[in-house]
Amino acid sequence: MASNIPKNCRYAKSHEWLLAANGLATIGITDHAQHELTDVVFIELPVKGRILKAGETFAVVESVKTASDIYAPISGEITAVNDSLSSNPALVNTSPYDQGWLIKIKVSHPEEIETLLTPEAYAALIGG
Amino acid sequence: MVPLFDYNGRIIVFMSLKRTPLYAVHLRLGGRMVDFGGWEMPVQYSGILDEHRAVRTAAGLFDISHMGQASIGGPRAKVFLNNLLTNDINKLTVGHGQYTLMCNPQGGAIDDLIVYCVAPDRYWLIINASRAETDLAWIHTQLALFSGRDGVHLENYCGKFGAVALQGPRSRDLIDTCLTPNTATLSPTGPASRLVKNQIGSYLFKGGSVWAASTGYTGEDGFEIFAPSEKIESLWNDLMAAGAAVGIKPAGLGARDTLRTEAGYPLYGHELDEHTSPLEACLGRFVALGKSEFIGREVLVQQKEQGISKQLVGFKMTGKSAPPRPHYPIWTLGPEAAQIGRVVSGTQSPSLGIGIGMAYVPPSHAAPGTPLAVEIRGQMTPAVVVKRPIYKSPV
Repeated sequence: MASNIPKNCRYAKSHEWLLAANGLATIGITDHAQHELTDVVFIELPVKGRILKAGETFAVVESVKTASDIYAPISGEITAVNDSLSSNPALVNTSPYDQGWLIKIKVSHPEEIETLLTPEAYAALIGG
Repeated sequence: MVPLFDYNGRIIVFMSLKRTPLYAVHLRLGGRMVDFGGWEMPVQYSGILDEHRAVRTAAGLFDISHMGQASIGGPRAKVFLNNLLTNDINKLTVGHGQYTLMCNPQGGAIDDLIVYCVAPDRYWLIINASRAETDLAWIHTQLALFSGRDGVHLENYCGKFGAVALQGPRSRDLIDTCLTPNTATLSPTGPASRLVKNQIGSYLFKGGSVWAASTGYTGEDGFEIFAPSEKIESLWNDLMAAGAAVGIKPAGLGARDTLRTEAGYPLYGHELDEHTSPLEACLGRFVALGKSEFIGREVLVQQKEQGISKQLVGFKMTGKSAPPRPHYPIWTLGPEAAQIGRVVSGTQSPSLGIGIGMAYVPPSHAAPGTPLAVEIRGQMTPAVVVKRPIYKSPV
C-alpha cells in the first residue's frame, strides 16, 4: 500500500513531517512511520516551552511491541503539544498528518527547513 | 522483496531463515514477516490489537508449524522421559498431554514443553522453536548415557508436520466442521469439540489423519492441530472459512505474545533460561519432586527446602503510563528505594488498556498487592504485584 506523502510538508530522514507557516511549524510522524510502528498505544510528549535543537529526541511513540524515539526535524521552542493523544494515541495511526500531530514550535532557524527532504525526496527514501 | 524485521521491528539482514509450509499463506494475508527463533514468521496481519481482540472474543488462527517436534517411543521410553522431565509421566494416560520442563543438573530450565502420550509407549514432545537444536542435542546426550537406550527410539519430527493453533471462545463451535472422528484408530475419540483440556486425538481431515489437542498459549479455550505439511494450507483455509461468520482472524506472534503475557504464561528466553529453575518461575506444580530421580531434582529439592532468591511475579501498572518493557529495572518504593529486579516480559495489555508484565523479584516482594516501581526511561512509575493470570476473560 503506497504511503500518503502530502505535498505541502517537508520531511526528515527519521520519518517526521513538518508543516511550516508564518514562523511556526507543526510536527508529526509520517504515514509510512505509523504503518511501520503499528498500533500506537502510548505517546510520551514534551512540555510546552521546551527549546528543541534539530535532531534532538522530543517524544517517544510506543506501539504494542516497541518504543521509538521521535526527533526534532528543526530547532525551535515548543508552543503547543497535542493533548488529545494522551487519551487517544491511535490518532497517530488513523490521522498522522491531521489529528495525530505531535507538537507545534516557534521556528528559531528558518534556514534549517531547507535542509529537510522534499515530498519527492522522501518518497524516494521510503521506496514509495 | 519483502522487508525483513526482527522481533523488535528493526530491519535485519538474515538470509537463512526457515519457512513453514504456511509461508505463502502469510504473504497472501499481508503478514508482516519477522525472524523468530530462526524462522520467518508473521508478527501481525491486521494489527496486534485487532488480532488480540478476535482471540479474546471469537477466534484466531495461528501458524505454530515452527514449534519443534520429537517422537520418543519404545518399551523404555517412559522411564527415560521420567528421568529427563520434571513432571510425573506416570500420571499421563494415552490420549493426553502434560506441561513439563526439562532441566539441567543445576535445576535450570533447558526448555518448557508439552509431552503427549499418543499410544502405549509412544510420546510426542512439542518444544520451543528457538530451543529445538539445544533440546535435541541434550536428549541425544542423555539417551547415550541411559542404560536402557536400546529400548528407546528417538526421532526428530521437526518439519514433518505443520501445525496451527485455533484459539478463542468460538473455537469449539468451528472445529467439527473441519475434523471428523477417526474411527480406524485403536481408541477413537468423539468429535474434536469434546476434547477436554490437554486431551489429544486422531481425526480425519480430507481423507488423511491429523492430530488435534485441546491446548494453547493464549489463556482461551482452543485447539492445536498437527497435520502433514502438505495438508496444512488446506486445513488453514477450511478453518478460516468455517470461522468467517464469527469473525475469525489470522493472528501473529505479536498477539500471541500479548495474549500469553495477559495469561501469565512463561516464554522461554524471558521467564525461563538455563539459570532459572521452574520453582523460581512459579511452575512448581509441574515439578514432581516426589517421583523417582530426575535431572535437576537434587537442586530443586534444596530450593524447596531452603527457599529461592528470586521469584516470578505478574504486575500491573497502577495508572496510565508507557508500557513496561523487558529489562526495565524494578524498584521498591519509599525513601530507601532499592532496585530489586528486572522486567522479563512487558507490554500494553490490549484487554486492560494498561501496562502489564512479569518480573523477577525477591520472594519478600512477591505477594499480590505489593507495591513496586518500574523504572521507565528514568521515571519511577508505580505498579503492583498481581496474581496470574493477569487477565482472564469473563466466562
